[in-house]
Amino acid sequence: MSGSISLKVQVDAGRCQGHNRCYAIAPELFEIDDYGNSRAKGDGSVPPALEEKARLAVKNCPEHAVRLTQES
Amino acid sequence: MSARRPVSDWATDWDHTDPTWIEDPFPIWDDLRRRSPIAHSERFEDGAHFPSRYADVREISYDTEHFSSRRVIVREKKFNPVMPSPPITSDPPEHRPARMPLLPAFNPKAIEKITPRTRALCHRLIDGFIANGKCDAAGDYAQHIPTRTTAAMLGTSEEDGDLYRRWIKMALEEGIHDNDKVMQSLKEMTIYFGEELKKRGTKPSDDLISFMRDQRIDGQPLPPDRLIGTLRLLLIAGIDTTWSAIGASLWHLATHDEDRRRLVAEPSLMDTAVEEFLRAYAPVTMAREVVKDVTVNGCPMKPGSMVLLSFPAANRDPEMFPDADKVLIDRKENRHAAFGLGIHRCIGSNLARMNLRVAIEEWLKRIPEFRLAPGARVTWSEGTVRGPRQLPVVFA
Repeated sequence: MSGSISLKVQVDAGRCQGHNRCYAIAPELFEIDDYGNSRAKGDGSVPPALEEKARLAVKNCPEHAVRLTQES
Repeated sequence: MSARRPVSDWATDWDHTDPTWIEDPFPIWDDLRRRSPIAHSERFEDGAHFPSRYADVREISYDTEHFSSRRVIVREKKFNPVMPSPPITSDPPEHRPARMPLLPAFNPKAIEKITPRTRALCHRLIDGFIANGKCDAAGDYAQHIPTRTTAAMLGTSEEDGDLYRRWIKMALEEGIHDNDKVMQSLKEMTIYFGEELKKRGTKPSDDLISFMRDQRIDGQPLPPDRLIGTLRLLLIAGIDTTWSAIGASLWHLATHDEDRRRLVAEPSLMDTAVEEFLRAYAPVTMAREVVKDVTVNGCPMKPGSMVLLSFPAANRDPEMFPDADKVLIDRKENRHAAFGLGIHRCIGSNLARMNLRVAIEEWLKRIPEFRLAPGARVTWSEGTVRGPRQLPVVFA
């Protein structure tokens, strides 16, 4: 790892049904609108300390709406 | 209720109101998943399918073209005309406009606000029985938590809780075999909400009845039958379901010393434990009515037939969950479907989760050691919602 790869979370608005599991796991990375739908905070960048939480948010979404992407 | 004919073969004659299923459905589902993943039964009018695999439950949940929500309960005789309780009984395109206005009342911020009230309520309930050294954890504790929470949110009297539970039992349990009970329950609820609306007049207030009364769609108030249909849903949907989740979790902790002691020693496990209880003891089973010819996992389905949509069975599928039959309170990856999948995701999921978590936390703080009372008879509800209705426990 050179440190130049950054991870980002994304929520697919078409799939999110408002289970709010991602927000429960990582409130640092997700925010919920008035209607209960989730979106990534800011540009979705995941600091290294939150990588594990980001992975768990992906793996616990019942609708497969949360994604983790790598950008170099 | 008529005496039920014994089941000859679960694959071709299943019955979710059979005593064996009510007591312990899990071995039945495991067996069916292996040899007949979409079981059938002619016990219900026009026939009913029972998919027991996660993948099939998921596919049906997402397919609103072939599967309608206009009937969400499998009954011996179909209830006619269908009784709309929007949005749970709505299909696209009516579903979204019926659901949207309700969502803000149940978002995380709204639920956070009422959390201290639930915590205080749990303490009051425990105060009432802790000195006895025993209680019925279902009847004396679990059932009161969602009942009083619902009354507080609707802005009705806490003392109406007995009425609510009676209506729910008539609609969801006795009503599977007896449509007159469904009718009676509907009528009584309709009169009740009519009176509650009259009492309120046009006075502004922040309770859910006033909130729904003030909703406008294209500038028009909701037609009275839709307004009352939604109020009936808010009453029915949150009480037995949450009561069951709390009761089943306490049943697990009463019968699994290791998990109970571990949770008391490591409260940080509460997040994963709550999700695991929801997976393993998911209380709610819904249904769909087939409206267009369709084939699921090789099984042809005809319009008019019903599908029992069992999120509890999906949650026990070993293809989806490793060690699906084990309750692992530290399970980290848990994409369970206890609150449904797709557009009908339980609107009250944040509320239910909060009630469940707080109920378990406060109980364990004050009663860390407890077990089933010697010779205790635990009884479980039947049909649409599964949970213990009598759970006698003794404290150490």
